[in-house]
Amino acid sequence: MVAVKDLPKEKYLLPGTTACQGCPHALGLKALGMALGEKAVLVVPAGCTTIISGIREKASLKLPLLHVPFASAPAVATGLGSAFKKLGKDGIPVVWMGDGGSDIGFATLSGACVRKDDMIVVVSDNEAYMNTGIQTSGTTFWKARTTTSPTGKREEKKDLALIMLMHKADYVATASVGYLQDFIEKLKRASEIEGFRFIHLHSPCPPGWGFDSAETVEVARMAVKCGAWILWEFDGKFKISAQSKPYRDKEKRLPLADYLKRQRRFRHLSDEDIAEIEKRIDEQWRIISALEKVF
Amino acid sequence: MKKVLTGNYAIAEAVKLAKTEFIAAYPITPQTTIVERLAEIVERGELNADFVRVESEHSALAAVYGASAGGLRAFTATSSHGLLYMYEMCWWVANSRLPVVMALVTRTIGPPWNIHTDHTDLLTLRDSGWILAMSENAQEALDLTLIGFKVAEQIDLPFAIGLDGFQVSHTAEVVDVPEQEEIDRFLPERRRDRPFVIEPGNPITVGGLTTNECSMRIRKDMMRDMERVGDLVRNSGYVRDYDLVERYRLEDAEYVVVMMGAWSGDAKDAIDILRDEGVGIGMLRLRFVRPFPAKEIAELDCRKILVVERASSIGKGGIIATEVKSVANSPAQSVVAGLGGVDVGVDDFVAMFRRFVEGELKEWWP
Repeated sequence: MVAVKDLPKEKYLLPGTTACQGCPHALGLKALGMALGEKAVLVVPAGCTTIISGIREKASLKLPLLHVPFASAPAVATGLGSAFKKLGKDGIPVVWMGDGGSDIGFATLSGACVRKDDMIVVVSDNEAYMNTGIQTSGTTFWKARTTTSPTGKREEKKDLALIMLMHKADYVATASVGYLQDFIEKLKRASEIEGFRFIHLHSPCPPGWGFDSAETVEVARMAVKCGAWILWEFDGKFKISAQSKPYRDKEKRLPLADYLKRQRRFRHLSDEDIAEIEKRIDEQWRIISALEKVF
Repeated sequence: MKKVLTGNYAIAEAVKLAKTEFIAAYPITPQTTIVERLAEIVERGELNADFVRVESEHSALAAVYGASAGGLRAFTATSSHGLLYMYEMCWWVANSRLPVVMALVTRTIGPPWNIHTDHTDLLTLRDSGWILAMSENAQEALDLTLIGFKVAEQIDLPFAIGLDGFQVSHTAEVVDVPEQEEIDRFLPERRRDRPFVIEPGNPITVGGLTTNECSMRIRKDMMRDMERVGDLVRNSGYVRDYDLVERYRLEDAEYVVVMMGAWSGDAKDAIDILRDEGVGIGMLRLRFVRPFPAKEIAELDCRKILVVERASSIGKGGIIATEVKSVANSPAQSVVAGLGGVDVGVDDFVAMFRRFVEGELKEWWP
């Protein structure tokens, strides 16, 4: 485990950004700067980070940053990565996008992965289109209320990380803003591998999910501790990460209702709904545990 | 050296001569043979470029955008629906001032599906900020591609070269291909720092939120720079001289036809026939749509102008005609013809021009 005292002191996300209080993206970007430093070159499609990065002539990120159309980011990174290699520059194109970018740009994500183009893609997933005001996305949790699913989403959450694993990405991991050291370690490991690297970062959003802005880290950790978000990594070998390992044992998991009821988007859930969600979480653990054996 | 090349192979040859460093493209008829040929050229080691087989046209131009922002000379090619699919990126590239070059093999927009030429696809780029050229034959397709790289990199605007699907793209002609040394002298290595370069350790932000005034200034600056393109084309130093227009038998012409693209060749034959009959007719052929050759059109001093085009704006009529009428000092009329690749040959043009001269031509042909 990387020690906090050993992390670089240089700040790549400057203080005083336009991020909401308790913003998970701001936490993630801070960690990204610590992990990759000067090597990182950001490619950012439309989303909350468009706002967080600042309005000309102020910029909050001390990293090169190319803003790009919503569905285009991995393809732009393909071109940039090619330029770095051809011109002998030691940089890593890092696509930083939300779950919205990975919905509308799914073909682009797939294409870049299939070609094994040289980049790290981080999907900072706050489980809805938050920048436009909390609309349902492909990764919105089942039953969660959003402004376009006012009685709760009817479809299952899309499992992006497993999809990318089956795309044969060179590196795939899930991470959480509740465990930034783990995220930093995964970014560092990803940066040591060549090719297409994908990290699905769980990013609880205070205004979008309806919890107090002081509780982002706590809510993120509860998601892991109740087993709803499983941290794992594939770097040639599939393994469940240390922070999630204890929760393979269902007995050790936090009560699911504690996590769900903490959030306004789930306040309407019945006991049956929660029992159904629990069943789906058990099923997810069965799949992840099986993958650990076969991969 | 003289070679027998189709329009598409002529484009590939130009991309190779330009020492293009990055190519991304998605196949679409009738553009496909450009990228097939380029893939061969790259895999044979004749061109030191990265060739990326992207999963869509949107990604083709997105990848080219990234490569160009990183400092590389970059190229793509498409047609019709492919262009419409990458349309968002077209505007992004233009406002970013990146000197990307694209070949556009013109093809009808569906439905119904139709792979044959008309120019409506090209004209969807009209307002975007791309320099828009339209070639008449394979020679021009090659020459304008090379001039395109030079001018785009001089003025930081993207450059599209139109060529008619099948009529130019798949028709083999004798093409005079310049020597590599000539092109090396004509087209130096791309200046990597213009208009900006995205690279590690250089913390700049490009394309982010800004003030409304800044957004407006970007478009105003593009307009100012676009107006310099005519001079850059005329003084490019290329092995052959080029201008925004071609003037064909315009001296003492009472009647002037304005058109662009491959069918202009047939129209010139028709003009020759009518000239032999004593009709004072000539042609101003548009080699560029953007910048629009307004001065050249305003200078026409004749009884009547006819704009013949295979493009239409539903609810208005001919697109080029609308523009010609806005600057012409002689009366101009419009005819829309050849949409969907409908064949218009020499005989048609003879009949069309006769009716025009006699004042009996309607707005749609046939």
